[in-house]
Amino acid sequence: MITKELICVNCPMGCRLKVEMEGKEILSITGNTCPRGAEYAAQECVRPMRILTSTVKIDHGTHRVLPVITDKAIPLDLMFKAMDEVRTVRVTAPVAEGQVLVHDLIGSGADLIASRSMEKN
Amino acid sequence: MRNYQAVIIGGGSAGLSAAVTLKKNGIEDIVVIEKDMEPGGILEQCIHNGFGLQTFKEQLSGPAYAERYVRMARELNVDIKLNTMVTKLTADRHISYVNPSEGAVTVSADAVILAVGCYERARGAINITGTRPAGVYTAGQAQRYLNIEGYLVGKKVFILGSGDIGLIMARRMTLEGAEVLGVAEIMPYSNGLPRNIKQCLEDFGIPLYLSHTVTKTYGRDRLEGIDIAQVGPDRNPIEGTTQHFDVDTLLLSVGLIPENHLADEAGIRMDPVTRGPVVDDYYMTSADGIFACGNGLHVHDLVDFVSLQAERAALGAVKYLQREGKARGNTIKVRPGEGVSYTVPACVHPEDPSGNVEFFFRVRKPMDEAVLEIRSGDKVLRTLKKRKLMPSEMERALITEKEIAALREEVTIAVREVQA
Repeated sequence: MITKELICVNCPMGCRLKVEMEGKEILSITGNTCPRGAEYAAQECVRPMRILTSTVKIDHGTHRVLPVITDKAIPLDLMFKAMDEVRTVRVTAPVAEGQVLVHDLIGSGADLIASRSMEKN
Repeated sequence: MRNYQAVIIGGGSAGLSAAVTLKKNGIEDIVVIEKDMEPGGILEQCIHNGFGLQTFKEQLSGPAYAERYVRMARELNVDIKLNTMVTKLTADRHISYVNPSEGAVTVSADAVILAVGCYERARGAINITGTRPAGVYTAGQAQRYLNIEGYLVGKKVFILGSGDIGLIMARRMTLEGAEVLGVAEIMPYSNGLPRNIKQCLEDFGIPLYLSHTVTKTYGRDRLEGIDIAQVGPDRNPIEGTTQHFDVDTLLLSVGLIPENHLADEAGIRMDPVTRGPVVDDYYMTSADGIFACGNGLHVHDLVDFVSLQAERAALGAVKYLQREGKARGNTIKVRPGEGVSYTVPACVHPEDPSGNVEFFFRVRKPMDEAVLEIRSGDKVLRTLKKRKLMPSEMERALITEKEIAALREEVTIAVREVQA
């Protein structure tokens, strides 16, 4: 049996998790204060997933760039590939928070959405 | 002169939460004064996720979290003056501000809530020898350039200080195509949240050099390189440990300080440790009717607690306005004891308690196993076992209204390390 110590990245509480594994099978997860922590630990041992946040170019907005976020976590190993696509996105104001800008970003199943509203300048 | 029931200085997370709370409690004649072109404060540039799990039970980005409060404020018809800078505050609650449409104006208020946020320690505060080229930024400054203005400030980056903004910028600049060569931290432990060490550095293989600092900068017009060196327990560089890095950018993430000049000029008593005003259990400062909350009071690590604290400060102001005066009776001091660097609030009113009081405090050094002890004179009010305490993580402890009403002697909050 091996024991892995992880830090949950779901929220700033940063719970210290302990995962006991036998081969690829997870025997126990402890240290989490909410169900998200257990889900995170189980996933982290298979393929780490992260929310991606970045900005995209926006035309006629009150700022030059618009903050964006994936609506669910995507594989950590695909972050740079995802960023290559994020860099090509260009939107026009006005934009509403939560508006989908890219469906199924690089086939990850996650949508890229606006993380704030931005008025037309 | 125009008189308001309440003036809130700052339209960030603290100011918006305070304004919403005042309105909900029937204080109608209020104004929020914000220097930026939009409300939201520093949240607007914190585009990463992790905000709001306590407040909204959701994981939001900074701008999305701010938008929730802006929407609540709009729905309650909160008047927000944008592009407006407060230039002076007096102890008798006169507020002078300036903006392009009104010019220079002075107003008065029955209550003032300081929600002014904090600023970053800059190069001048940390004595790095060498040249003074372009390319040395505070982490928050680089964050604003990138996330709001849309400019990446450099391609080869080193970061001094393991504060959260620096860690978040390490990931952010890496994703934008910059190469982040490392993060140096003068202390033997990280000053950022553990989750940020994991997801901002370890995820991207960025080395963290603990007990290291930047000793020299090179370059005439633009930064060309830096030296780092290991430091001893006295935090002075150790000879022969110097390493050189060729970089065009150095980010500084070396601490945040409450923005305190308005309070200072008003003669409000300041806490030398938090460097914010000293407040009582109603979040009132030493000046009658002037309240403080958020990062302008003491630097927080979670915005959710800023919103919560601002709510309490606003409730303090509501009580003050309703009874036309401050809390009654004597005050009992609450002090940091062994192992604790500060406590907020700094005193309570046993004859007129504000309710249950949650104290915010930080430990002085990392501790694996510890016991938290709250005592009043010889009487122990609380002992609690605590695990994995870090100076970078704010701790909280509650004293009930009933316990406060029974207090006769000074309260100390102490944390003692237990050897496992």
